[in-house]
Amino acid sequence: MTIEVKNLVKKFGSFAALDGVDLKVNDGELLALLGPSGSGKTTLLRIIAGLDWPDSGEVAFNGEDALAQGARERHVGFVFQHYALFRHMSVFENVAFGLRVQPRAIRKDEATIRRRVKELLDLVQLDWLADRYPSQLSGGQRQRIALARALAIEPRILLLDEPFGALDAKVRKELRKWLRSLHHEIHVTSIFVTHDQEEALEVANRVVVMDKGRIEQIGSPDDVYETPATAFVHGFIGESIELPVHVVDGAVRFGERALNLAADGLAPGASKLFVRRHDMLVGPPGSGAFEGAVQHVRNFGPVQRAEVALSGGETIEIDAPRDRELRAGDTIGLRPRRYRIFAG
Amino acid sequence: MGAIAARRRTLPGFGLTMGLTLTWLSVIILIPLAGLLLKSTELSLDQFWAIVSSRRTLNALRVSFGLAFAAACVNLVMGSIVVWALVRYRFPGRRIFDAIVDVPFALPTAVAGVALTSLFAEKGWLGAPLAALGIKVAFTPVGIFVAMIFIGIPFVVRTVQPVLQDIDAEIEEAAGSLGASRWQTIIRVILPSLAPALLTGLALAFARAVGEYGSVIFIAGNLPNVSEIAPLLIVIRLSEFRYADATAIAVVMLVVSFVIIFAVNRLQRWAQDRVPVR
Repeated sequence: MTIEVKNLVKKFGSFAALDGVDLKVNDGELLALLGPSGSGKTTLLRIIAGLDWPDSGEVAFNGEDALAQGARERHVGFVFQHYALFRHMSVFENVAFGLRVQPRAIRKDEATIRRRVKELLDLVQLDWLADRYPSQLSGGQRQRIALARALAIEPRILLLDEPFGALDAKVRKELRKWLRSLHHEIHVTSIFVTHDQEEALEVANRVVVMDKGRIEQIGSPDDVYETPATAFVHGFIGESIELPVHVVDGAVRFGERALNLAADGLAPGASKLFVRRHDMLVGPPGSGAFEGAVQHVRNFGPVQRAEVALSGGETIEIDAPRDRELRAGDTIGLRPRRYRIFAG
Repeated sequence: MGAIAARRRTLPGFGLTMGLTLTWLSVIILIPLAGLLLKSTELSLDQFWAIVSSRRTLNALRVSFGLAFAAACVNLVMGSIVVWALVRYRFPGRRIFDAIVDVPFALPTAVAGVALTSLFAEKGWLGAPLAALGIKVAFTPVGIFVAMIFIGIPFVVRTVQPVLQDIDAEIEEAAGSLGASRWQTIIRVILPSLAPALLTGLALAFARAVGEYGSVIFIAGNLPNVSEIAPLLIVIRLSEFRYADATAIAVVMLVVSFVIIFAVNRLQRWAQDRVPVR
């Protein structure tokens, strides 16, 4: 099932939750919608599910208008951040719910329903919890049951809203891996919303980065990390050093200092220089684009994280390998190995 | 036993609060009731039975419990609809309607009785059109029924309201996305979650209606065997200085009420076990 979203706009009062969103989701892919809170990612997901309606724009499943249908007809599996399990039903009945409410004409007989629920509980590896109630399960177990319940109706699309957001870090990591392998197994077109970049990069085939109701970049996890399309994406994904620079006459200036960095194709004016922390190489004073004094050093396993006050005013944090120990008070030169400059 | 001992250690104040609780409940509830039972022992078993099984007593009990139950059932249905509208929809005057629900709590029951009587009397605003249809409300058992509905409705609304407010919209969205119709969502998801609160509301409205005296006696007509409620019969017996008779009827009411409330409590416990707290 492919999903096509065209020029979607949704306003809550004067706040534009979605401000002209276009997106194509390929059949069988696992897509992450990544962005800070308020970026519109959950609104987009809910509109695709039919739980919310856009002010304007189109949503099509396999080329067929989805907005003409309600949530009930769309055949979309939805997994909520807070599970939304039915408290008064056993795990078994929760998973069976979607099968039991089918129109009589296509409803399966009891034996088939039982077999199907058993399969699903096996799939999420929780068949031994069938008779328990949701309140007796851990968060991770509840979310797996919620997933099994969503899969019971054999959804054409699976949508997950911050599926691991309410779980602790360790369970989260396990479930991430598990979700990826599950998707590999069942191959249903899936979209999940997250504000956790690590989660998006680790799990998804493609990542959609959103901010303020707009899509900033769509690409593979490598793409969005290695070649961020905008300043926002660079700042949001991975740890970045952000420095205000000026492009003047084909040269990049940082304060009074001209940096010997290529300024090809850059519009003149105020810009921002982005460098990953580990792409800032340390050398002797005068050797690089920047000069600075080391303020603090802290060791994190293979790297040392140093706070450096640049001559020019800004203080940055860099991650340097441990082969050359830095000390507070050292004066060093810094050369960005890789960098991006964005206007604005 | 072990559990109680453990709780006692971790949470201080068990002895003090338990002592106060027992003393208070004894002074307020148990001692008066024990006095009632004691008084009834002045009667021999035969006398007791004669009073209780007399036609007038039985009819009064039937009117009280039967109509109270019917009124509680009506309140359960209508109260649920009121709650649904108050919680789920935003409409002008919602707060005012919400406040109006509490009026039967606060209004002196005699005032309510007089108001209902004049409203439903043969020449009253509602009584006249109903009389044209051949329905007499005031001074008949129907009047008792109406008064019992009036005083019972806030119990259902106020017990169910917070529980419905607590039900997450996500639960309904989940049911919808799993293919449930609106009706299926209500029957299979919302009502079962509300069941314990509904039962509590039913029990409270019922208990209130059984014990109601003030509003009912104005509208009832108080015809023995037809529209005479048990509490009124007790008052009549007291005014005739037949204290033992009054006590015997009171004891029966006490026992029947207790059995019914206990049964509803069990039912509610059972429903609650099926909807464990998150």
